[in-house]
Amino acid sequence: MNAMLWQILQIILVVALAPLVTGYVRWVKARLNGRRGPVPIQPYRDLYRLLQKEAIVAHSASWIFRAAPYVTFASVWLAACIVPTFTTNMVLAPAADLIALVALLAVGRFWTALAGMDVGTAFGGLGASREMLIASLAEPAMLMVTFSLSLISGTTAPAQIVSFVLAGNVGVEVSLGLALAALVMVAIAENGRIPIDNPATHLELTMVHEAMVLEYSGRHLAMIEAAGMVRLTLFIALIATLFAPWGIAQPGAGALGVLVGMGAFLAKTFLLASTLAVFETSIAKMRVFRYADFLGGALLLGLLATIFLYVSEAV
Amino acid sequence: MMGNVTLLEFLSMGREVANHRPWPRYQLDAKGWRQLVEQMTVSNWEILAEWGEPAEVHVLLRGEDSGAIAVASHPCPDGAFFALGQVRPAAIRLERAIRDLWGLIPEGLEDQRPWLDHGHWRVTHPLGRPRQYDGGRHLYKFLTAEGDGLHQIPVGPVHAGVIEPGHFRFHCQGETVVRLEERLGYVHKGIEGLLAGKPILDAARIAGRVSGDATVAYAIAFARAVEAALGLDIPPRAHWLRALMAELERIANHLFDIGAICNDAAFAIMLSHMGALREKILAANHAIFGHRLLMDRVVPGGVSMDLDEAGRQRLAALLPRLRHGFKRAVALYDQTPSLLDRTTGTGMIHGTLAHRFGVSGFVGRASSRSVDARRMPGYPPYDDLDFAIPVLAEGDVHARVQIRMEEVRASLALIEQILTGLPDGAFLTALPMRAGEGVALVESFRGEVAFWVRLSETGKVVRAHPHDPSWFQWPLLEAAIEGNIVADFPLCNKSFNCSYSGHDL
Repeated sequence: MNAMLWQILQIILVVALAPLVTGYVRWVKARLNGRRGPVPIQPYRDLYRLLQKEAIVAHSASWIFRAAPYVTFASVWLAACIVPTFTTNMVLAPAADLIALVALLAVGRFWTALAGMDVGTAFGGLGASREMLIASLAEPAMLMVTFSLSLISGTTAPAQIVSFVLAGNVGVEVSLGLALAALVMVAIAENGRIPIDNPATHLELTMVHEAMVLEYSGRHLAMIEAAGMVRLTLFIALIATLFAPWGIAQPGAGALGVLVGMGAFLAKTFLLASTLAVFETSIAKMRVFRYADFLGGALLLGLLATIFLYVSEAV
Repeated sequence: MMGNVTLLEFLSMGREVANHRPWPRYQLDAKGWRQLVEQMTVSNWEILAEWGEPAEVHVLLRGEDSGAIAVASHPCPDGAFFALGQVRPAAIRLERAIRDLWGLIPEGLEDQRPWLDHGHWRVTHPLGRPRQYDGGRHLYKFLTAEGDGLHQIPVGPVHAGVIEPGHFRFHCQGETVVRLEERLGYVHKGIEGLLAGKPILDAARIAGRVSGDATVAYAIAFARAVEAALGLDIPPRAHWLRALMAELERIANHLFDIGAICNDAAFAIMLSHMGALREKILAANHAIFGHRLLMDRVVPGGVSMDLDEAGRQRLAALLPRLRHGFKRAVALYDQTPSLLDRTTGTGMIHGTLAHRFGVSGFVGRASSRSVDARRMPGYPPYDDLDFAIPVLAEGDVHARVQIRMEEVRASLALIEQILTGLPDGAFLTALPMRAGEGVALVESFRGEVAFWVRLSETGKVVRAHPHDPSWFQWPLLEAAIEGNIVADFPLCNKSFNCSYSGHDL
């Protein structure tokens, strides 16, 4: 019964919190740039405004274009539901693992890329091709991270990894450090953050994610934007959950434990969001042809994480 | 063709026009003009500007070694002239514009497509012999590129940001740009038509608005051309105050553009720092001269307002703060490898190309061309001031940023000299009424702004032509991006920061 309740709470929480996390990152970045910046709750207003507006659809657009925002949002939302944030005691926890998570994210990206190409504008195609370049490198890297974690804990389900770590079975491992670095790099690429993509740019030619969704407006754009916000929250939660699971409530922890888990989750989320803002302020965007170096690095780190496990075992 | 002949020796075979100052103007007949075009294949004379009249075409030339400047004119009653664009690619767009505006046909020019006229004007050849036009839009043929896997990316004229309109047609292979072609003219305002027939002081206001970011430079160029035409000497204090404003404008623009270049590489904090520094200058401008961009503060005859002691002290106090803030921002630029990785080696312009296009300003100076109108031909008060002209050979985005940083330092030093050496006396003289023609060359933050005027005895502008340095910088941008990746275009574009308004007239 509780598992159902916490699951519903988690489903609501990730969507309700996502705009605030995005708004908070923007606010911190504005502050670091010496600007006053919009209040962190501005994304809620933006989404509300977009939902009120008429959705303009290009004449050349097919049903794919109209469906993509909903499919993307739904798949990202579902992916966010299976990452334990404040408790591992959830109905969906045993049903889904990290590989399913990667697949769900891929579905969302696939549809966005299709929609970008669907309208037939030059920018949509440009963005889609860049997005696929990034995806082809980011996905294997993400899978390598998954493998090394599952080799350590013997499972690919995030809830069981958390339990395994919290039970004190894992010490400080080189592999974990490498996997963390790889996951952070993948997260940056997946969310279109600097140095891979600039979420705040107005320059069409440099866009990756924005270029694919340039044609969207109204509720469609609201869905796309919301999906982006949920994705950012998801990755922050994923990093926090897998590498700093402390505070997450275990089955049978009771309401107080869940409350502590909630507080710990919020603290971790905003700490990581602040780190992201500082990082993004201190670095320039990289050239498109350097993406392969960056994500290849992530893939390599993930691979090393796995290899080191065997090496340390052999020793 | 002659071997060793200077520009003035060559032109003296034509008829010298009276009352053209400070540099002479010669009229060449059809044979003489053709010889000029041919001579330019061997002599490295630079075109500074080219413009028309209903039945005459003019070109402002500089003999490169001697630095001598002269106007060559060619009356062409039959409405055609031998195109200079055949030997100087920089003149191609100028001559296409001459055809659009005056209806003079540039003979021998391979590219006969219209340039400024997009088919939206109600008349054709508005400055020549206008005819009603209702033929609808032209179908503009872009240059093509052929090969496997090539695709086109049309960008603009309306952009995602709030910037001036221009169309860019990319041919790409994957991410690599094979060819870029610009299409400009979207902000054609009919400046020359507006200037014609205006009283001098009204015309000065229009001249100051040809390209708003270089308003001081344009106002000085117009004022100097008018003063030359009238044979008028203005008080020294006016010269010095003009230079003060010009350097303030130069620093403000350079600062903001350096920030904007970094912002285009998603390094926004630089724009914040630079924006704050620029704001200090604009606020001081407003407090001292009553206008943030110093519009209409330079007028023919001098300057419209004096600098009082309080203003002098405020500027003197501002200098160290600017220096300090600028030094820190430069250090940030130099210590951010991710940023340097973007700017270094991007958007290369080879020195030979810069030379062939006679490009001026920081774009030229970053590609080993040491031209600066303040030094050559030079104008007061710069002859009495000490300043260095930075030159680099690399020709990439980084070099252009470096040049602009050096120029900020040089301009700060100039302002210091001006504030200490500012002579006393009047700052404005009355304009006599006299007919004449005058031309001036002034260094704006972008490069050489040329202004040519013809005045009537009644104190009106008969005809005037402003020339923006962007005319020769835009074509080089096309060359700079070739072989680079599409995503680097905004960075290259910003490192040039050409004027749309000044080019489209």
